[in-house]
Amino acid sequence: MKKKKFSWKQAIINIIAWTVGLIWIIPFMGILMASIRPQREIIHGWWNLQEVSLSLANFGNAWSHPTAPIGAGLKNSLLVTVPATVLPIIIATLASYGLMRLRFPGRRAILVGIILLLSIPQQMVAVPLFQTLLDLGIINTHRGLIITHTAWGIIWITIFMRNYLTTLPPEVEEAASLDGANRFQIFTKIILPLSIPGLASVAALQFTWVWNDFFMALVTLYDPAKLVATQRIPLLKGQYSVDWGVLSAASLLVTAIPLLIFVLLQKYYVKGLIGWTSK
Amino acid sequence: MRKIINKWLEVIIFILPAIILLLIFVVIPAVKTLSLAFLNAEGQFVGLLNFKEVLLSSDIINFGRFPFKSPPWGALIHNGIWIAIHLPSVVALGMVLAVILRDAWGGNVIKSIIFLGMITPMVVGGGIVTFIFDEHSGVVNGVLRFLGQDQWVRSWMVYPDTALLALILGSILLWTGFSLILYSSGLSTIPQEWYEAAEVDGANSIQKFFYITVPSLKPVTITVVSMSLLWELKVFDMVYTATGGGPGGSSTVLALRMYSLAFRALDPNRSAVIATLLTVLTLAIGLLLARSTNKIQE
Repeated sequence: MKKKKFSWKQAIINIIAWTVGLIWIIPFMGILMASIRPQREIIHGWWNLQEVSLSLANFGNAWSHPTAPIGAGLKNSLLVTVPATVLPIIIATLASYGLMRLRFPGRRAILVGIILLLSIPQQMVAVPLFQTLLDLGIINTHRGLIITHTAWGIIWITIFMRNYLTTLPPEVEEAASLDGANRFQIFTKIILPLSIPGLASVAALQFTWVWNDFFMALVTLYDPAKLVATQRIPLLKGQYSVDWGVLSAASLLVTAIPLLIFVLLQKYYVKGLIGWTSK
Repeated sequence: MRKIINKWLEVIIFILPAIILLLIFVVIPAVKTLSLAFLNAEGQFVGLLNFKEVLLSSDIINFGRFPFKSPPWGALIHNGIWIAIHLPSVVALGMVLAVILRDAWGGNVIKSIIFLGMITPMVVGGGIVTFIFDEHSGVVNGVLRFLGQDQWVRSWMVYPDTALLALILGSILLWTGFSLILYSSGLSTIPQEWYEAAEVDGANSIQKFFYITVPSLKPVTITVVSMSLLWELKVFDMVYTATGGGPGGSSTVLALRMYSLAFRALDPNRSAVIATLLTVLTLAIGLLLARSTNKIQE
């Protein structure tokens, strides 16, 4: 970076940048303020700071809300999201390696088919999926939602990991197969360790998408006790009058987990997003 | 013989689990939905009758009100308006902000703030948008009052003529982080020498932006446009939380109509028509994207 003296251009850029930053942080600021201050202080604008009393009461009320307790929702979300992240990663990584290395009839058709599935909206399967889960006896269960997310995750993770695996040098595999290692040994001993950065990206994105999902949960879960966290947010927002404090606290609690994932895995998260969309 | 068995054993272990799950939970349900769109409630084939009825219903396109009266204009029109406002906004904002924030002090912090909208679940996004447009507690109305524009002060989500607009503006706030991140990474691939050469030729910042930055970012723009289009067509969560499609259907969208027809009105056939229309549109975008990035290579 060259050292520069004051320039008007630089000043204008900084003024625009920080104005934009301010505009974007205000809505999130509002949620934070509403969550830690009582309703009477924010009802005429959380930016009024004549009287400021801080309390975590809204978080407690959201956590154990009588109709839609967020605490139980967060627990359900974790119970769904963790397996719905691990399972598709295992299955799709196997598939992506198989589609890259194994030679068998129909291989190309399967690949093109999966690429086409990338564009199918979830709405296209909702009604028959409900029936399928009913027939399998797993409608309105976490298992039903987990297997649904697993299937949808397989689509993008297979394509993503296939693109990722093609960037690995083929020599290491050849050396191993000359040493007499079979496919499964090559896969577990060589391919998997080399794939860790790609798998970290996949895990960050799949976890976030499953956690943030609302539509599939809405279709598959309807028992109040089983609802995941995102399903409880609309329930907290009444039809006419809204308790902004409780809704804000609940929103922050639900957002905290994907935010944590982003902060911890930022590098992989962004790389995954860019790789997934541009390849 | 042993070798052939081994080969198929490999295919079974590596490929089959994925194929079985995709067939049961994606492919077969999608085919069933497609067939539902051509059947009536009794299961008889009715050709394109459902499509005709759905496309002519005022829920989807309301010619009685569009474009001269206030919404509801129908879900298809609403999605169209969403695209018309949201798409150019996120492309332009993402590109311009990527350039500005690259050169600004603390630009990465501001990028992270803008990206918060992408981390937030869209259900929560719907709550945030309702909050900022609330009559008393909302910051938008606070600013409008401050500017003396009292005729616009109201809870935007509960009036038919403002609910859709408020949702679209809110969705720009939430989605700009996506285009910004992609453009920011795209910028870093443009060789610095190009800018230096242009400076030697006497180009100013605006010229450099339009003659070097914008054309160099074309591949990113293709991705941003197609991904944003897919999102705009499928938008559901934030509308569900913020307005439920109301008041009076004035902010409803295709995905929400599909859901309401299937699970509230219990009319799977018409719901399947909307799902099929959505799929045709998203597949077309997906194919264009694949073609332009030449994705399907061997």
